[in-house]
Amino acid sequence: MRTTKIIILGAILALVSTITQASTLEEVKARGVLNCVVTTGLAGFAAPDENGRWEGFDVEFCRAVAAAVLGDGEKVRFVPSTGKTRFTLLNSGEGDILFRNTTETMSRDTDLKLTFLPVNYYDGQGFLIRKDSGITSAMQLDGASVCIQTGTTTELNLADFFSSNKMNYEPVNSETNEESIANYTSNRCDAYTTDASALASTRAALKDPSAHIILPEIISKEPLAGAVRHGDDNWTDIAKWVVNALIIAEELGVTKANLHDHCAAPGDNPSINRLCGTEGNMGAFIGLDAQWAVRAIDNAGNYAEIYEATIGPNTPLALERGLNASWKSGGILYAAPIR
Amino acid sequence: MPALSVFEGNFLSRLWNDKETRSLVVQVIATLAFFAFFAYIIRNAYVNLEALGKGFSYEFLFQTSAYDINQHLIEYSSKSTHFTAMLVGILNTLLVAVCGIALSTVVGFILGVLRLSKNWLTNRLAYIYIEFVRNVPVLLHILLVHGIIVNTLPIPRQAISVGDGAFLTNRGFFVPKPIYEPAFWGVIAVFVAGLAFFAWFRKYAKRVQDDTGAQYPVFWIGVGAIVGAPLLAFVAFGAPISWDVPSLQRFNFAGGMVVRPEFIALWLALSLYTAAFIGEIVRAGIQAVSRGQTEAAYALSISRGRTLTLVVIPQALRAIIPPLTSQYLNLAKNSSLAIAIGYMDIVATIGGISLNQTGREMECMLIVLLLYLLLSLAISATMNWYNRRIKLVER
Repeated sequence: MRTTKIIILGAILALVSTITQASTLEEVKARGVLNCVVTTGLAGFAAPDENGRWEGFDVEFCRAVAAAVLGDGEKVRFVPSTGKTRFTLLNSGEGDILFRNTTETMSRDTDLKLTFLPVNYYDGQGFLIRKDSGITSAMQLDGASVCIQTGTTTELNLADFFSSNKMNYEPVNSETNEESIANYTSNRCDAYTTDASALASTRAALKDPSAHIILPEIISKEPLAGAVRHGDDNWTDIAKWVVNALIIAEELGVTKANLHDHCAAPGDNPSINRLCGTEGNMGAFIGLDAQWAVRAIDNAGNYAEIYEATIGPNTPLALERGLNASWKSGGILYAAPIR
Repeated sequence: MPALSVFEGNFLSRLWNDKETRSLVVQVIATLAFFAFFAYIIRNAYVNLEALGKGFSYEFLFQTSAYDINQHLIEYSSKSTHFTAMLVGILNTLLVAVCGIALSTVVGFILGVLRLSKNWLTNRLAYIYIEFVRNVPVLLHILLVHGIIVNTLPIPRQAISVGDGAFLTNRGFFVPKPIYEPAFWGVIAVFVAGLAFFAWFRKYAKRVQDDTGAQYPVFWIGVGAIVGAPLLAFVAFGAPISWDVPSLQRFNFAGGMVVRPEFIALWLALSLYTAAFIGEIVRAGIQAVSRGQTEAAYALSISRGRTLTLVVIPQALRAIIPPLTSQYLNLAKNSSLAIAIGYMDIVATIGGISLNQTGREMECMLIVLLLYLLLSLAISATMNWYNRRIKLVER
């Protein structure tokens, strides 16, 4: 009896003393897999394909981080989340990083204790509406029923937009994108509102995409960015510079195809050399080896290649680069230099 | 061996070997372990939240909510606070729970009686309904009813017109909204007076009957006092009510009152699902009253109707009420599935959008938890009170 009690006491003490704080990098390395919080399914951004393999724009950023940290872009466990559960999953430690077409806002950055990574998609909220409604502008939406996904910035923008234009509307909330679309297609609501990129994704997946239009008004700015928890600066730096590296690779013309030519030996361009790790050792600053960026780019190419393969003009989503073009070609995508 | 240590040895061994002290020791240890476990969990959550810089606070309740809710029984807009949003959610939960309990009771009692019908077809139909409904998860019922309403009813422009100024659409059931003029309060006053009169009259009539055996037509006098008198007053005051009739705008009907499809779906699904269980409880309750009771009543030449109301039902109720209470509790708790179809109950407002916008998971979930606890305890208390009232008076 005595021994049993001592064992139980010992077990309780052991349990209490396990509240230790390992760094996220160590945890991920020890686990051998990166837990990445993504959406439950948004074609083009993050959705499983017919073989159950996750595909999409956000997914490739998860893989790039995994490649930089663990050396293999496949070592990712995707944690699907609704708009409501995403931050809880990240903050509770279920996920190490979040790439879930998430808008960076001040309250999320501060009150929700998140640290946002560089913006990887500049978006804005729009409206999808049936063509036969005859509506051509969001200013004609007075009195409409609007479908909306709950727990997002979109419901706040929507409330602001209608109240500042002195118009009425009926919000029809749903938990996920799929339920919102089901409500929209069954005519429960007149319009569906969310980020324009997601509207393009939704429209492409409808039975007859040409019967629906996206209204010209963009009622908000939605800088979509990945995020990590507050409190682990080294992990933040890793995630941040992986995103920057992918953007910089496009600026420098480093692609998945020519990556190994560029990085085999130090070349004439010091910027490329630093990216490749053939000059200096930038990786040491973030607790990784010199090849971290090479592995990140080797996963699915640079920013442009990821964009073209998942959401670009040649995909069903057909999203033009627009604001998301590199600053060198008229967009506002502009990453801090690696030096 | 020194005497002292013998005593000590005895004392310690008694703690474990004596049956009564042992059970006491085990209970003390179990209780301590139980509280220590929860103290550990709560402290752990608190420390982790502190470490994240998110201290426990309800200040957010008094900040602007900034989101809209389509069904609000009290004044609410995106400029209201999270606290008001919470009240809206609570009222929506209460509304669907109360309406659901009422409808499920009515349908359940009908089903229970039909199950006992001697007509083979009626009996079998009720049986099939009960077996089908109660063996399918309630979430599927909710989604099914919502899907049917939204997909089969027409859009507002092709609304089905029901009577004068009422419209049936997949955006909801639009009905005229009464606008009360001041004189209408007179009608209300007459109605309240009627209720009070009836309560008194019932007691009076019973006393007269107990004393003399004479019977008053209590039912018809009640109808006259509660329905007739207010109607007369209504006409006398010159019908002091006007109607705000819904009118079709570009997208939707404006004006009037609307019952949203989300509410109807949740209400019907919960009611019809719970009614299947109640039907079985009612059948069992009625069958629990022994046949001899009915026969004895007939032998005393008490009529069929009075046998039912005076002999069978009062005894059946005693078997029905306790399991009925747990069905009511189930219905109230199942209403939290509202979020599946976007009905804005407490889980969807404070436990959903507010939680997400403020990031206060712990605080919001505690509110939701407390509300369901209070709601369930209130239902239990009411039903226990009723149960005590109808229980057999033993001499």
